[in-house]
Amino acid sequence: MALPVYTTLGQRIWHYSYLAFCTFVLFFLVAPLVAVIPLSFTSAPFLNFTPEMLSLDPEGFSTRWYKGLFGICDQDANLSTMCTDRWVVGTQNSFIIAIASTLLATFLGTLAALGLSSENMPFRRGIMALMISPLIVPLIITASGMFFFFAKVNLVASYAGIILAHTMLGIPFVVITVTSTLVGFDKSLTRSGASLGGSPAYCFYKIQMPLIAPGMISGALFAFITSFDEIVIILFIGGPEQHTLPRQMWSGIRQEISPTILAAATILVILSVLLLTTLELLRRRSERIRGITPH
Amino acid sequence: MANSEAVATPGVLLTADGTPLKVSLQKSLRRSKLRAMLLVLPPLLFLVFLFVLPIGNMLLRSIDDSLVNQVLPTTFKEFKAWDKTTDPPESLYAAFYTDITRTLEEDKLLVGKAGVRMNYDKPGWRSLIKISARKFKKVEGPPYKEAMIEIDKRWGEKEWWLSLGAMKDERTLGYFLNAVDKKYDFDKNIISVDENRKVYNLLWYRTLLVSFIVTIACLVLAYPVSYLLATLPMRFSNLLMICVLMPFWTSLLVRIVAWMIMLQQQGVVNDTLVGLGILDTENRLAMMYNFNGTVIVMTQILLPFMILPIYSVMKTIPPSFMRAAQNLGATPTLAFLRVYMPQTIPGVGAGCILVFIVAIGYYITPELVGGKDGRLIGNMVAYHMQRTLNWGLAAAMGTILLAAILILYWAYDKIVGVDNMKMG
Repeated sequence: MALPVYTTLGQRIWHYSYLAFCTFVLFFLVAPLVAVIPLSFTSAPFLNFTPEMLSLDPEGFSTRWYKGLFGICDQDANLSTMCTDRWVVGTQNSFIIAIASTLLATFLGTLAALGLSSENMPFRRGIMALMISPLIVPLIITASGMFFFFAKVNLVASYAGIILAHTMLGIPFVVITVTSTLVGFDKSLTRSGASLGGSPAYCFYKIQMPLIAPGMISGALFAFITSFDEIVIILFIGGPEQHTLPRQMWSGIRQEISPTILAAATILVILSVLLLTTLELLRRRSERIRGITPH
Repeated sequence: MANSEAVATPGVLLTADGTPLKVSLQKSLRRSKLRAMLLVLPPLLFLVFLFVLPIGNMLLRSIDDSLVNQVLPTTFKEFKAWDKTTDPPESLYAAFYTDITRTLEEDKLLVGKAGVRMNYDKPGWRSLIKISARKFKKVEGPPYKEAMIEIDKRWGEKEWWLSLGAMKDERTLGYFLNAVDKKYDFDKNIISVDENRKVYNLLWYRTLLVSFIVTIACLVLAYPVSYLLATLPMRFSNLLMICVLMPFWTSLLVRIVAWMIMLQQQGVVNDTLVGLGILDTENRLAMMYNFNGTVIVMTQILLPFMILPIYSVMKTIPPSFMRAAQNLGATPTLAFLRVYMPQTIPGVGAGCILVFIVAIGYYITPELVGGKDGRLIGNMVAYHMQRTLNWGLAAAMGTILLAAILILYWAYDKIVGVDNMKMG
């Protein structure tokens, strides 16, 4: 954004203060997450930067909190927090729940998107609004409603209950992303497939599926991260067996806040960057195969 | 088309197998409609059974008041016969005694639950019921009035009997009244609760205030950044977009922890300000565990929800419009205000409604960073769901919240259309 030579002083000042403001906003968005990363390598059991860390003294840094995270117990006597395998157990449970609910949500969401993108579907708009509503209704209300319902059908404190609840939260994302890949889908592609003798199922797998695959995958990623990060429903209908990563973080924040939680946070920040990159690559691929060039 | 039957009935187009084209078209239309409906059916049923019905069922709890009626059916019958001006008659005492002893035999827990419910209308009922239920066994036949007054002298006071008037119906709006600091008196007139018991109006006000401030703050921060993202060349804007999307993709709890590090008393922001000499170490800013904490953290969390819709609208506005306006003699400011800004209104509207909807139902963030004066109505719903078990009140607050959100959601649908929603 180089300025033309004829800009006045006032315009220059305005332009640079505008850029400064934007930098501030982006800084506001990212700085807290970036601050977590160096702090997770602290050697002190406090949540602030020690003088040793600021002077880059190697004594100030350690990986003890990461060891704690993976349940590797140091014989170091001044380790203040208890050594626990809850983080590892929580991560495993989170993965089990997130993967199962993602698969279910992707399947159901794709079905819904395929049906809803047909212009012959009656009550299209209303059903679409309903499908997206789990995203809009506050989690606290969803969780309360499910609590009573699941208590009635004996699904409270069970993996099945949590997985079903998380599936519900994931469906809207899949519906939205798959629908947007179906926008501008050329119907004559499947028609010509059919006229060349392909069965409807064959035509779907060979023609439509590759086209909506990027939408399915990005919807699945959204569903996965939503389930992986979900805490309200877990708090309401999860039992002690369903100890997930967010639950461990929740009790970490509320009870014994130690830099272990920063180590976990760092790993999650890195994970989110990886997911984001995947998603961006998928989006570009989708645009390329649908013949839409980025403008 | 040109087969023999077509010649036989001129004017009617036929398909290759001889059926009229109209019929055949309708048939294929019907088939495609059916297929679409079959595709939508499983997810729709899933959603209705696990989402819509449970929530609807929960919301019905807000008007359900049948519990006390299950325990005290004959008492309420006698209560209606009583003229309320004289002292309660022996028959009322007898009815109450039989109701309680009968329920104790059938379902002991129910008596305790009813006591809890009655306590909402007049504090003290729970202990009164508990004491009486324990000692009723020793009562030997009528007259019950004297026996009951002996057990607890409150039974002799008329006000306890009068307070039954607020609980006698199976359906009640009492919980909704409680949710806005009102209640029924004994004759079912609506009155305000005592000054020192008022909590909810303040919470509703605070919830709206926080959502409003957060929405405005997001708008002010998001608009310039979206403009920058929309006007920069692709390779730069993609890089900056990662800054916007990264917090969006990061775990909510991680973001909250990150803000704790930034904003606490010994946090990064305070340390920096003190280190730069702007602040004395005694006057460190209190930015966490209060109203400010809730607002700051919620703004950062919801900012991407504002940036993305505004950005996607700005992206579609050709830059030549601004150049044309300036070419025709407008100053840059005027061109921006008259040409560019009106075109961004749909994005701004979508972003504002989205942020407001999400903010108004927030629970986790205020719970962790809000402290005492940063809690919102969502926290109160959770509190009544999990701690006091006053589910009727929780449901009433949930219903009001949901109604507000559905109205906004409807507006959102009108303005942008839910099928135009895009992610990332």
